[in-house]
Amino acid sequence: MTILEDRPSNPAAGDHDRPIGHGRMQRKEDPRFVRGKGHYVDDIVLPGMLHGAILRAPVAHARLVSIDTTEALAHPKVLAVITGTDLQALGLAWAPTLSMDVQAVLVTDKVRFQGQEVAFVVAEDRYAARDALELIQVEYDVLPPVVDARKAMDPSAPIIRDDLAGRTDNHIFDWEAGDKAETDAVFASADVVVKQEIVYPRVHPAPMETCGAVADFDPIDGRLTLYETTQAPHAHRTLFAMVSGIPEHKIRVVSPDIGGGFGNKVGIYPGYILAVVGSIVTGKPVKWVEDRSENLMSTSFARDYIMQGEIAATKDGKILALRTNVLADHGAFNATAQPTKYPAGFFHIFTGSYDLAAAHCTVTGVYTNKAPGGVAYACSFRVTEAVYLVERMVDILARKLDMDPAELRLKNFIKKEQFPYANKTGWEYDSGDYEPTMRLSMKMAGYDELRREQKEKRERGELMGIGISFFTETVGAGPRKDMDILGLGMADGAELRIHPTGKAVVRISVQSQGQGHETTFAQIVAEEIGIPPEDIDVVHGDTDQTPFGLGTYGSRSTPVSGAAVALVARKVREKARFIAAAMLETRPEDLEWEKGRWFVKGDPSVGKTIAEIAMGAHGTIALPEGIDGNLDAEVTYDPPNLTFPFGAYICVVDVDPGTGHVKVRRFIAVDDCGTRINPMIIEGQIHGGLTDGVGMALMEIIEFDDEGNCLGGSFMDYLLPTAMEVPDWETGFTVTPSPHHPIGAKGVGESATVGSPPAVVNAVVDALAPFGVVHMDMPCTPARVWEAMQGRTRPPV
Amino acid sequence: MQIPAPFEYVRASSVDNALALLDRHGPESRVVAGGHSLLPMMKLRLARPDWLIDINDLFELDYLLVDTVPNNGRVLRIGAMTRHTTLLESDDIKRLFPIVIDAERVIADPIVRNRGTIGGSLCQADPAEDLSTVCHVLEGVAVVRGPAGERMLSMAEFHRGPYETAVAQNELLIEVRVPIRDDSGSAYEKVERRIGDWAVAAAGASVTLAADGTISHVAVGLTAVGLDRNVTEVEAVLVGQAPTEQLFVEAGRLTSLACDPLADQRGPVDYKRHLADELTRRVLRAACRRAAASISDITI
Repeated sequence: MTILEDRPSNPAAGDHDRPIGHGRMQRKEDPRFVRGKGHYVDDIVLPGMLHGAILRAPVAHARLVSIDTTEALAHPKVLAVITGTDLQALGLAWAPTLSMDVQAVLVTDKVRFQGQEVAFVVAEDRYAARDALELIQVEYDVLPPVVDARKAMDPSAPIIRDDLAGRTDNHIFDWEAGDKAETDAVFASADVVVKQEIVYPRVHPAPMETCGAVADFDPIDGRLTLYETTQAPHAHRTLFAMVSGIPEHKIRVVSPDIGGGFGNKVGIYPGYILAVVGSIVTGKPVKWVEDRSENLMSTSFARDYIMQGEIAATKDGKILALRTNVLADHGAFNATAQPTKYPAGFFHIFTGSYDLAAAHCTVTGVYTNKAPGGVAYACSFRVTEAVYLVERMVDILARKLDMDPAELRLKNFIKKEQFPYANKTGWEYDSGDYEPTMRLSMKMAGYDELRREQKEKRERGELMGIGISFFTETVGAGPRKDMDILGLGMADGAELRIHPTGKAVVRISVQSQGQGHETTFAQIVAEEIGIPPEDIDVVHGDTDQTPFGLGTYGSRSTPVSGAAVALVARKVREKARFIAAAMLETRPEDLEWEKGRWFVKGDPSVGKTIAEIAMGAHGTIALPEGIDGNLDAEVTYDPPNLTFPFGAYICVVDVDPGTGHVKVRRFIAVDDCGTRINPMIIEGQIHGGLTDGVGMALMEIIEFDDEGNCLGGSFMDYLLPTAMEVPDWETGFTVTPSPHHPIGAKGVGESATVGSPPAVVNAVVDALAPFGVVHMDMPCTPARVWEAMQGRTRPPV
Repeated sequence: MQIPAPFEYVRASSVDNALALLDRHGPESRVVAGGHSLLPMMKLRLARPDWLIDINDLFELDYLLVDTVPNNGRVLRIGAMTRHTTLLESDDIKRLFPIVIDAERVIADPIVRNRGTIGGSLCQADPAEDLSTVCHVLEGVAVVRGPAGERMLSMAEFHRGPYETAVAQNELLIEVRVPIRDDSGSAYEKVERRIGDWAVAAAGASVTLAADGTISHVAVGLTAVGLDRNVTEVEAVLVGQAPTEQLFVEAGRLTSLACDPLADQRGPVDYKRHLADELTRRVLRAACRRAAASISDITI
């Protein structure tokens, strides 16, 4: 076990107090955030800048009959009103989505979800732009909507995507993984089979900063500068070039400080495109920033999976197989952001942490009259849904077998010696050692004592529940042979320059939305080349300043970009060896590395530090053949596999028997994300993800009424958890390094969001066991818990 | 940033000035105090006043005092501009009306409580408004001032229904008077999906005990379940009886029958009726316990 946090400091660098590269250092970016000096898209003000606002459809499904902009154009502060017809003339009415579908930028023919973009007003200020929306007259011919995904494939269902040639139904795709015949055979001969419909309702990432853009098109040299809330600036630039016809080298995408993403800022929204069009049309910069309701109603939602789960086992608790059919509601456009080969993301990791004889899943995607999206909210490309399914099914099986859920999990884990482990749906788990992690969580929780307490309380009529979730994640997409988004391989670049004085700048292709990249990546470089993290600047988020790469989502920054940064630092270190050899007039193979310095083998007093070598590289010494005069390098990293972080979570809840109110009393989270770079940042990620998980399990849901009206369009209706709803998190860790990652690190950003909802729901269901409840769907609101106690569990959709 | 429809803004300097401004700007003018109900509605463009009359400078309405009023006896006088936080932190209130503390603890969050006022809460008359129920239960009196002078309204007269009060467009609620009863206890309990959400349901009760330990006076009120009055149905059952669990169960049952909730995202009708029952039992229990505690020789 390696815990780099505990590595000794490097006296050579004059830093005796702190490990040089790794460790619990404070975040370099925080001084500007805590002092209110962050610089977000909405902070950008350009000379002559105008403001845009979007008119949105009030209904879910309607034919657009007419649109009259006369009155809006007459507003004294309005400069332009853009409609779908205007965009059609420019060939921009429809834009490609990240899933090979198209999405309307502005409605030309038909409204397909409530909140869809209908017209764009450009005005002198934001107030006027908003006011002018009310001056646009639109006539709609309202159509019956498809709201329930279960009815989307009914022959009588209205066809939502009649824009697509030959389309006669609302079907998007069927996808499967695993061996059906083999799985069916195992099920047919199993002692015990349990089935359960499990719904993961629609939720929303709801980042603190809503989406927005400032577009600045320079008509003289044809250059577009686009400031955007994006998690993937390079991918956006390429797509903008492909869609708009503006050559890629004339486009600069800048993603400044981003106030949370969670997958909400991966896609290209109509608002971004409209800001660009607005700037081209008016010849001035145009800012568009959506409001909270627009964010909740129109941008990428998450989940919306209706899963029929089945699990097979022997009567003594050996889990044999798992199968599921999933109905996936993708909304009005198939706009999920995920690798092309995997329309259901990485859902097929639904075999979880268990050694199974067989597994099979099918996923059917359908269109409905709801906002598009599906892959968001820290889901690791649908691992959230997969983990929720398997961890609920294992608990349901434990109940059926009358086994302790911890014991059932321990009995069925993939064993340490089985790694790398090929599961039954095509994944190769790179590493794992599950039992110690599970045992540590049980020890921290005082598991046996909790069960005793629960038994006593049940005898008194009190409702206490203990829920376990053991998750395995698959993050760090991904190997280019398997993974691309719209043909762009999921690799990431890194460039490192050591300045003559030994200070450095590392340029990365991923973009932080709060993850702490400016610290973490500096720490990786520091560890590899032995200069303090404070001396390393991390540049990101500007396509003119950074190498190409696919961006930050799916917990991929450390697995992919972190590897790129480690490798580019090693490249620089190796180059430094040659330059040091020239400076010391010796051979490179006669030099030995200690952190920050090359020295002569056998004579440690003779050596050169990185700073001395950098000055040498830019100086006047004769350089060896093939070594040019700098200490710079670049790499593009194509990961050989994904990384497979895992964790054991235990949640303790108390349920008020009279009201159904759930109180999360304790939450123990033991995470294994391989090598830990900055434990404080990791804990921050875990705390946030656990809070997300409690929110989803207890209160978050985007609901629709029968007319397709979104019922979660404000923070009065879409509930996010506060400090009052969550306990003091009890975190722990184990370290199982990734064997293929240069420093053994795995992703961690989404682990807690993925792993915690089943722990909370398992705890609630466990608390309700005296009422015979074996399953209830999220969110476990007081009313829904009370209904479950009355024997009336019902799906949320 | 959510942008309200255009409006004009003016700050009132006194009650009389506020009344004059209301008179001058007419029916499309609205008074803003804490603003935590009105401003969100304006930002969503659900409320679109032409004029906003800001009364936050009316410090003369920010007070709490125990007083003796002719015909009313001892009362607690609460100025309409008294903030939730002031109520929550008042020792007088803690001693006299624990129901207010119970309710204030679950009204939104500290940020809202620092700004929101009792007057704003009562005049908004949101069906999920906790202080309306509390004032009903405590049999408070609303003092309303207008061009014709002051009038005193019982809560039943004041509170006409969801979002509707007896305060005319050119009037201002300036004070709430709460009668002080000896040997009394009160309590409030709410179920919400999350701190700061509107109530799924809530109940409040105030109980006065006689020297023999029987209930001499009682009031029970409900929040967010379609009843804008006290549950008078329970009074005949409770008054004159010694408080027992059996009695609370009967009161709860009657309360669940008296209310008229609507199904919404917070829950179905039967759940809300169940909560009316459950919470009534809880608040009666707590109110009786507190009343007994104020009389040293009675224990229950």
